[in-house]
Amino acid sequence: MIIMQGIRKEYRMGENVVAALDGVDIHIKPHEFVSVIGPSGSGKSTLMNIIGCLDTADEGIYRFDGLDITDYTEDELATIRGRKIGFVFQQFNLLPKLTAQENVELPLIYQGMSAGKRHKRSREVLDRVGLLDRMHHKPTELSGGPQQRVAIARALAGNPSLILADEPTGNLDSKTGADVMRLFHELHEAGNTIVLITHDAQIAAQTPRAIHIHDGRVLEPMDESEVVI
Amino acid sequence: MNPVETIRMAFKAIWANKVRSFLTMLGVIIGVMSVTVLMGIGQGTTSSVTDSIASMGTNMLTVNIQTRRVGFGGPSMNRNSRSSGAKGTVILKLSDVLSLKDNEYIQYVSPTVSGSLTVKAGNMNTTASVTGVLPDYASIVNTELSAGRYIMDADVTNRSAVCIVGQELATDLFGNTNVVGNTMHVDGRKFRIVGVLDEENSSLIMPFTLAQRMLESTSITTFYVSATDSTTVGRAEAAVSSFLYKKYQNDSTYTIMNQEAILETMEEMIGTLTLMLGGIAGISLLVGGIGIMNIMLVSVTERTREIGIRKAIGAKRRNILLQFLIESVVLSGMGGVMGLILGYVVMAAFEKYLGMPVSASVGVAQLALGFSMFVGVVFGLYPANKASKLKPIDALHYS
Repeated sequence: MIIMQGIRKEYRMGENVVAALDGVDIHIKPHEFVSVIGPSGSGKSTLMNIIGCLDTADEGIYRFDGLDITDYTEDELATIRGRKIGFVFQQFNLLPKLTAQENVELPLIYQGMSAGKRHKRSREVLDRVGLLDRMHHKPTELSGGPQQRVAIARALAGNPSLILADEPTGNLDSKTGADVMRLFHELHEAGNTIVLITHDAQIAAQTPRAIHIHDGRVLEPMDESEVVI
Repeated sequence: MNPVETIRMAFKAIWANKVRSFLTMLGVIIGVMSVTVLMGIGQGTTSSVTDSIASMGTNMLTVNIQTRRVGFGGPSMNRNSRSSGAKGTVILKLSDVLSLKDNEYIQYVSPTVSGSLTVKAGNMNTTASVTGVLPDYASIVNTELSAGRYIMDADVTNRSAVCIVGQELATDLFGNTNVVGNTMHVDGRKFRIVGVLDEENSSLIMPFTLAQRMLESTSITTFYVSATDSTTVGRAEAAVSSFLYKKYQNDSTYTIMNQEAILETMEEMIGTLTLMLGGIAGISLLVGGIGIMNIMLVSVTERTREIGIRKAIGAKRRNILLQFLIESVVLSGMGGVMGLILGYVVMAAFEKYLGMPVSASVGVAQLALGFSMFVGVVFGLYPANKASKLKPIDALHYS
């Protein structure tokens, strides 16, 4: 599903060049539930941006879902994001002027899906996260937990190959956070591939596998036998 | 992505900021309204002038003679010419003009002399625009009377003190239009009213010979000729021209205008004026466009995060560009429609309460709407492009 080899990303801070990622190798198989854990400044956000095709690496090879996307253009990356990746953000990132259902339908609009199919699909996924009865609510009318579940429904809507969650419980209290984690486990059991970025060791401990990242490098060496291309 | 969805999104975004959107549109509304109203008035005036010229008949020729001394100011060839007028002013007499009637293509001829004179009836005092004419004049300009008779040949020969008055003048002097047989004083001279014009104006028509004397005019400077029918106007014009050339020995002393030429000149004049007014109104439309650009730029900055979210979930550059562009076009288009409606209301009011001739044409409506949409595209392009170029990570982390 994800193969990264020698990924390097640098940022220029005035005179200095800082390597946010310094030769990262990662392999993630389909149907895996993996957490990427590291303290702030470790480069995990940069890694998440590259995994999510929001940014491109300066060096290295990145194969996603069988596609070598190293040299993809901005619009090609947008298509990958829209069709193959479902994002769940710490800040939820829902559009405040749209209802829950409209938010969920947004990626489907960009895919060019017809209105009828969109309505059907958005109901399905909202039902999946248990919010069918509140689909006409705006994000501001929902509390944090439900908002994050709308965001998860939006991530699921396009039937993505990968769900990429960036600190999804970071803005939630522990109880609703646990609810969201339970939802992720259910999605994993249903066959979804999930990558969860976190700085919280307790959250990372709940996932079958954790990749530790520190100062732009992966700490634990990869078990080569796990690699599936 | 479906364009209908994009338009729906644009309306939503505009509706979300109702007051701001309306204020932004106001520039376009005022611009389109002024374009429509000014062009409407221009076109209305053109058609009313055109109608009144056309109502005089298309057979008519208007001749104007510049009174100047041939031989002093004229071309040098005149100095040696055999012309009798080489040493002084060539005077065009009534008999000269009437000799044109011998031409087979010319039906009516009438010189005119005009000026302003004070008129008095009882203790009422006013100024009338006096025109001295021959009986033919009525046929040349299609004069209609509401009562009485017109000037007759005998009146001209005898310099009879008779006159025909416009209805407004009659009402001003006597309080009603039933004035045939009444007497009044023109410049101290007693006149008998023999007819009333079927027109609401202050004109006073009297025999040419008497008017010439009262207005102290010796030479004829203006006269009207009517061709036998509309197909012989050209030949009649040639006859008048050769007659005048013989008389003056140069062709810069006189101008002969047929109705078409007069119509053209008038239309050109009003057209230029209309275009100028439309241009000024167009500038206000342009200013409205700048307002739209301003607001769209603010909107792009405000919605940076939204752009980031949209890009993260699969929007391409093109989608974002179109979204903002359509928003700007919808803003200006809606402004255009509102401006047009308002313009029509204002024009209707002008027509009803001020009696202004206005004409609401489809062409102007299309032009105003088209131009406002064009303004939306032009001034929306820069902000929309700016929005589409935002990088998803930068936009997502913007707060």
